[in-house]
Amino acid sequence: MVAQTSLFEQVGAVARRSAVGAFRQRALLFFPMLFPLILFAINGSALSKVTEIPGFPTHSYRAFLLAMPFVQGAMFVSINAGTSLARDVETGFLNRLALTPLRSEAMLLGQLGGALVLGTVQAIVYLLVGIATGVTFASGVGGVLVLLLLSITISFAFATLGGLLALRLGSGEAIQGIFPLLFVTLFLSSSSLPRNLIKAEWFKEVATYNPVSYLLEGLRSLVIQGWNAQALAKGFGFSIALATICLLLARPAMKSRLVRT
Amino acid sequence: MRRFAYVTRGVAWRSIHNTVVNPAIIVPSIIFPLFFLVAFAGGLSRISDIPRFDYKPGYTAFQFAFVFLQSAAFGGVFTGFAVARDFQSGFARRLLLSSPNRSGIIAGYVLGALMRWLIVGTIVTVAALLAGMNVEGDGIQLTGLLGLGLGMNFAAALWAIGVAMFLRTEQAGPLIQMPVFVALFLAPVYVPLSLLTGWVHAVSSVNPITAVIESGRGLLAGSPVKVLLAFLLLAGAGVVFAGFARRGLASAERAG
Repeated sequence: MVAQTSLFEQVGAVARRSAVGAFRQRALLFFPMLFPLILFAINGSALSKVTEIPGFPTHSYRAFLLAMPFVQGAMFVSINAGTSLARDVETGFLNRLALTPLRSEAMLLGQLGGALVLGTVQAIVYLLVGIATGVTFASGVGGVLVLLLLSITISFAFATLGGLLALRLGSGEAIQGIFPLLFVTLFLSSSSLPRNLIKAEWFKEVATYNPVSYLLEGLRSLVIQGWNAQALAKGFGFSIALATICLLLARPAMKSRLVRT
Repeated sequence: MRRFAYVTRGVAWRSIHNTVVNPAIIVPSIIFPLFFLVAFAGGLSRISDIPRFDYKPGYTAFQFAFVFLQSAAFGGVFTGFAVARDFQSGFARRLLLSSPNRSGIIAGYVLGALMRWLIVGTIVTVAALLAGMNVEGDGIQLTGLLGLGLGMNFAAALWAIGVAMFLRTEQAGPLIQMPVFVALFLAPVYVPLSLLTGWVHAVSSVNPITAVIESGRGLLAGSPVKVLLAFLLLAGAGVVFAGFARRGLASAERAG
């Protein structure tokens, strides 16, 4: 039966399982979604004086900070996607699937499909919270749609990273252990201040080489600047590059996982 | 009393031994405060240019006082995780059965938390000094800052142990950690209280941790403020959370 279905249908079936599994574990959904909002609420108010620094690009620190929960949420999506796939490795579900004609690409993309649904829900929640707290979008309604699209692309990119790590490490605990490293990349970026206003030279250098800065700046440009083609190109470019690299590396990893069975 | 000391020593030794020999336990305890120090003191140092920001020793010292006290609180929180893990693995139940004095179990974990934080606190301090932090307080004032850290670690450890003993599962982790994290971040973390505005200013003004952090910063700068209040608040929190932890232990005893 499965052999007669297209890759698209196989991906859909695995994605549906992944999404249902994710939404059944509400605790896993709730805390990852809440945590970025708590930081947004606290830092948005606590750092509001930062807008008095000469050269700061906006008068609303909340508008500046809104990009952060999107990227932080995407990082949580990567952990969810990775943990979920690692659980399938640990419990032997992947081994059982290997006995079916399901294609390895369908297995991988389907798992990421669940993460994509989660990333979309998170992005909508963060957007609504931003609007509710008075953030306005310099790029208008069209910009909001592009912001959602970029946010989902970023979530997908991080989900592919989670998937790759799960296939390589095969342990949920190991995936959880990776999270602090992702968190570090967020804080060592232009998440709290624009790069040109970072005083410590070494930090500015790190933030410049850190791709997370460009994901944030792509999202942020739509909120505080309007249409900035360069920022958007870098935002989409880095997220697509991350997804492509991870998928290319994940494909042989998935094949070797299945061969081992 | 001898039985209490015997149990305390045994549990504390195990706690420290596990911490030191297991990189998965000690590394996050060290990495997190170092990371906050780097991210805040490095990335946000431009904040010292905000008009009316007048902390004399500079922004690195301003953030160090927060990170130092935060690491103390999280030293306690991480011990709560260990207690929860001990219950989940069944070790804590065997410990309850074999201990001639069960209050010594709490004391042992608290002592373990303290020793763990002394390692982390030392590393954070050395890192801040290497980063060029200015210290303007004298020896007595710096001892006061250390005392604040010890009080913070003591209170947070008792809170975390209490929650872990009530719930007895590793899933208690967010409940142990979140209130401490939120309470810490609802204090003046990035700028002095006088520069906060809006709801965060209102909450920070009544947050007991604000007095502790302001006192720590004052001691580091050699201009002590609210020191007595900070110690009284920490002592009060210690007494309340000691009662809470004792009730948690009673709950674990009833559960068998």
